[in-house]
Amino acid sequence: MRPDLAVVAAMIPPGSRVLDLGCGDGDLLAELIGVGGCRGQGVEVSPDAIHACIARGIPVVEADIDAGLPDFDDASFDVVVLSQTLQATRYPARVLREMMRVGRVGVVSFPNFGHWRLRVYLGARGRMPVSRSLPYPWHETPNIHLCTLRDFEELAAAEGLHVAERRLLDVDGRAAPARAGRRPNLLAAGAAYLLTR
Amino acid sequence: MPKLETPSARRSGTNRSGEPWSRRVTLVPVSMGRRIDTLTAPRSANSLRRAVGASLGRVETQRVVLFTADRPLALDSGATLGPVEVAYETYGTLDADRANAVVVCHALTGDAHAAGHHGDPSKRGWWDNIIGPGRPVDTDRFFVVCANLMGGCQGTTGPWSIDPATGRPYGLRFPLMTVRDLVRVHRALTAHLGIDRPLAAMGGSLGGMQVLQWALDAPEELGSALIICASSRLSAQNIAFSAVAREAIMGDPDFRGGDYYDDGSTPDRGLSVARMLAHITYLSEESMRRKFGRRIQDAEMPRFGFDVDFQVESYLQHQGASFLKRFDANSYLYLSRVMDYFDAFADPVATARALAATRTRFLVVSFDSDWRFDTAHSREIVRTLAANGAQVTFREIDSPHGHDSFLLEVPEYHRTVAGFLDRAMSERGG
Repeated sequence: MRPDLAVVAAMIPPGSRVLDLGCGDGDLLAELIGVGGCRGQGVEVSPDAIHACIARGIPVVEADIDAGLPDFDDASFDVVVLSQTLQATRYPARVLREMMRVGRVGVVSFPNFGHWRLRVYLGARGRMPVSRSLPYPWHETPNIHLCTLRDFEELAAAEGLHVAERRLLDVDGRAAPARAGRRPNLLAAGAAYLLTR
Repeated sequence: MPKLETPSARRSGTNRSGEPWSRRVTLVPVSMGRRIDTLTAPRSANSLRRAVGASLGRVETQRVVLFTADRPLALDSGATLGPVEVAYETYGTLDADRANAVVVCHALTGDAHAAGHHGDPSKRGWWDNIIGPGRPVDTDRFFVVCANLMGGCQGTTGPWSIDPATGRPYGLRFPLMTVRDLVRVHRALTAHLGIDRPLAAMGGSLGGMQVLQWALDAPEELGSALIICASSRLSAQNIAFSAVAREAIMGDPDFRGGDYYDDGSTPDRGLSVARMLAHITYLSEESMRRKFGRRIQDAEMPRFGFDVDFQVESYLQHQGASFLKRFDANSYLYLSRVMDYFDAFADPVATARALAATRTRFLVVSFDSDWRFDTAHSREIVRTLAANGAQVTFREIDSPHGHDSFLLEVPEYHRTVAGFLDRAMSERGG
């Protein structure tokens, strides 16, 4: 499993009912169901990813999360996960609102556009950064709403959400070393947030 | 056992031939409708693709009496019905552990003959493109069962059957049924075949409604439930179409209160109009435009008159006329009424209890051009299942063919069904 998914998985209590928005091939849900004893449900828009989920026996609903989550009732999940997907949504604030309607808590992870390497890249070269976590040229990237940790925390606060926990990630998606905590918006390559209302 | 005589057999040759609507015009046979499609419209990649797997060979319809006059079927209405004889077909082989059964539930006008042929290989079962060796419902792996619905007219007890109390066909004295009653008969059949827990039940439209009801009535029973372009309850518009269809049948002077079996003239006009109307709802506007446009039948120039002139009119006439050969007007009334009254989630407490206990995995599929039961119907099923903790997979498949898509070979749809059943098979018993 991808290291950043392991970080997210560790933030989810065993036995939870989990909805994974943009679940891809179902790697995180497979781990949560198989190891964590969770009841998992995915939402995905890519047919190939959906077929991969079906082949693994992971329940998946075909839907575009930018259109809201009309298939899911209020507070019908313990945890709603948005892993490395927020920055690819068209309406991040609306998606955040919808996930917190459906879940009692939310887990959101995303790459930090404030990371020093990206700042240096942009500052020194004057071009949109291309990195391991953001590998696409600007005109082909699905990541249309990049933000920094500070930007995200401001949005969460504006939405009335409380950050219950924050885990910083390094460039490989692993838990970042403790020193990143001193200047997280500069030193962390990404983060996973546990949000409550 | 009384000798069975189907209305279609009895009715052969009795179609009224002197009607203006069937004269002077060449009706478009189904195959010709397809030819028009290839000549004038770019066929989608869907329909160009060759069927996956192979067709079954010759198959036979079997019959079994599941309920008798002494041990009748108790219906939701409080009425009892017996005997209930069921016509069914099976394909493939039941495993030693009896865990590979896939039950196929048919829609409003289907029958037990889902796949293979009855002697003429060019006339195949209604779901032949999805059932067969190597097909998504792989008869090399699954034991497939398909039964004609109670109330139907292709061998299973229905309004055309002899009422033992009177010695005459039931007609409208046949009891009203619910989808739950239809499921009771399916479950009696699987029990008769020694199947305690079907690997899966699947069906489209009214077939999907039966699968949904089955999953709610017996939460421990189905491994998987495949519910395709169905609805948990009909909309006002859906019921309105059914109402007009029934009005056409019951307003036909030959209907005679449903007692038309004995003297040879059946409400053909009404039944064919009902079918024509329903058929419009099975196609999308785009598929009709592609198939017919505004083309004139057998001519370049319009004839300007009230006889059939446009190809679409001819096609509908053909659909209506050919339907008479295989369907009974009373069955149409009864089974369409079953759909109208269906409301799977009417009791939220019962729904919650059933779904809390269920281990069934659900697959819900809709088609984006279906306006008979559009995606909102399927999404309502998905929402209710998910809200009650059931494991549900949902797909909205791109297809231009409307409600009929579930009967057609749409690759993305078939791939989804194949993958879901494949997974179910690998998990069985676990």
